[in-house]
Amino acid sequence: MLRISCPWCGPRDETEFGYGGQAHLKRPDNPEALDDAAWAEFLFLRDNPEGPFVERWVHSHGCRRWFNAVRDTKTDRVIATYRPDETPPEAAKMVLKGQEGGR
Amino acid sequence: MAQRATNLFSLARQALSHHRNWPRLWAAAEPRRHYQAIIIGAGGHGLATAYYLVREHGLSDVAVIERGWVGGGNTGRNTTIVRSNYLWDESAHLYEHSLKLWEGLTRELDYNVMFSQRGVLNLAHTVHDVREAKRRVNANRLNGIDAEFLDRDGVKAVCPGLDVSPTRRFPILGATWQKRGGVARHDAVAWGFARAASRLGVDVIENCPVEGFLIDNGVCKGVRTGKGEITADKVGIVVAGQSSVLAGMAGFRLPVTSHPLQAMVSEPIKPVVPCVVMSGQVHAYVSQSDKGELVLGAGIDRRNGYGQRGSFPVLEQEAAALLELFPAFSRLRLMRSWGGTVDTCPDASPIIGRTPIDNLFINCGWGTGGFKSTPGSGWVFAHTLATGQPHPLNAPFSLDRFTSGALIDEHGAAGVAH
Ligand SMILES: Cc1cc2nc3c(=O)[nH]c(=O)nc-3n(C[C@H](O)[C@H](O)[C@H](O)COP(=O)(O)OP(=O)(O)OC[C@H]3O[C@@H](n4cnc5c(N)ncnc54)[C@H](O)[C@@H]3O)c2cc1C
Ligand SMILES: [Zn+2]
Repeated sequence: MLRISCPWCGPRDETEFGYGGQAHLKRPDNPEALDDAAWAEFLFLRDNPEGPFVERWVHSHGCRRWFNAVRDTKTDRVIATYRPDETPPEAAKMVLKGQEGGR
Repeated sequence: MAQRATNLFSLARQALSHHRNWPRLWAAAEPRRHYQAIIIGAGGHGLATAYYLVREHGLSDVAVIERGWVGGGNTGRNTTIVRSNYLWDESAHLYEHSLKLWEGLTRELDYNVMFSQRGVLNLAHTVHDVREAKRRVNANRLNGIDAEFLDRDGVKAVCPGLDVSPTRRFPILGATWQKRGGVARHDAVAWGFARAASRLGVDVIENCPVEGFLIDNGVCKGVRTGKGEITADKVGIVVAGQSSVLAGMAGFRLPVTSHPLQAMVSEPIKPVVPCVVMSGQVHAYVSQSDKGELVLGAGIDRRNGYGQRGSFPVLEQEAAALLELFPAFSRLRLMRSWGGTVDTCPDASPIIGRTPIDNLFINCGWGTGGFKSTPGSGWVFAHTLATGQPHPLNAPFSLDRFTSGALIDEHGAAGVAH
């Protein structure tokens, strides 16, 4: 079981959290201007790296707030967690540079 | 035809020497410089592809390149449920084609894959479940697939161990029943295809990770591996949980995400579960192995994960779900659990076809339920590689359905991870 540190509540068991997939996705400002390929990309294409990944979690059985985490998908080590309104920590910035959806 | 792999006499003879002298099932191959076709990944799907490329399409010069060992991926880790009762026509045709191949597979490969058509129950616990189940039975029948709807007594008659009392929290109101479904021995499927392919001259190269592609002007010319560069006219990616990683090496993205999926077995007991039992509502699926162990599959861990292991609470949930169906199992001990990495697709259907790179093809996205389609998947993918075009059976499963919007949503029939 993972131990995940909620930025507001501190370290808790994984079972208290829900998962939200890739973080920092931005809904296109002008969806009707997109062609089918660009729209499909927004709907269906997610980064799926083996290694550090910037992702969203929600503390469902706690404060019920969303936050972001950097986790290694191979080792499951949670490298950092941070609030959505915070500037991402270095660990996240490094991953985001290579992350396609992170615009 | 060379001698059979196993028979009563070879078993007896090998027993006398303590099973130390069994011959290799497939030749240990080292890569040549060039092949007509390279398949990446020696799981069931990759090996089946190579087999049918030679057998059905007459290629003479094929390699399967595997970073670990034959069948060490999801093929050797799954709960082996085989059925074809999917809802939509596209899936029904594909999975049924596969089921037909299963029915002759032991003979075709001359290797016992222990395919046991003991029947598959998909339980219905609510009025809505019942409606969905009946709709699926009707859809299956229209597609020529054997399917029946059983009421509560019918379910009890097929599997007396199930608690069908109406006082359960999730009472069993009925079930779909596919008699031709069942289970097979997963390792034997990988070994049987590897042996049969090797006998047809396919090089099965283990311990050889693919680390990149040779791509020239949008055309794939081969692969870079731990054992050097190998060129090929055509390359097929069949690596399940690693699909996004390989696609990344070739410079394109896939709509799949990789998740842990776990399974476990109990201590062996006397025969008590005569068929496969699945329930999407409580999320359990169980069958009993020939050794007597209950084989139990869990749901995916929601998070992305490549570690081939999941979290304990998922197993706990699976045990709870099993006890809802079979309270009598509450004192059974579990013997071991394990995990694989499954590549799930947004519409719970696979992707089989071309990629944005010419001469590079992909077969992935089978997620939690691709064991059942091992022979069929290899068969259509071999056609796709050999002719450069999808077979009508896999044409709807192209990568561009995510752009066109022609999704094949099988979340209902896929139901539980299986
Ligand atoms: C716990 C569990 C239970 C399941 N239960 C069922 C079930 O009951 N019924 C059902 O139908 N399906 C089930 N499935 C799904 C099923 O196992 C898979 O869909 C199917 O086995 C996939 O086969 P494959 O040959 O595509 O992949 P795999 O068997 O995973 O083979 C892929 C191979 O590619 C190799 N590879 C990866 N990267 C590289 C590289 N860079 N270079 C070279 N080789 C590489 C891997 O080592 C691996 O051997 C289950 C899966 C799991 C994990
Ligand atoms: Zn919290």
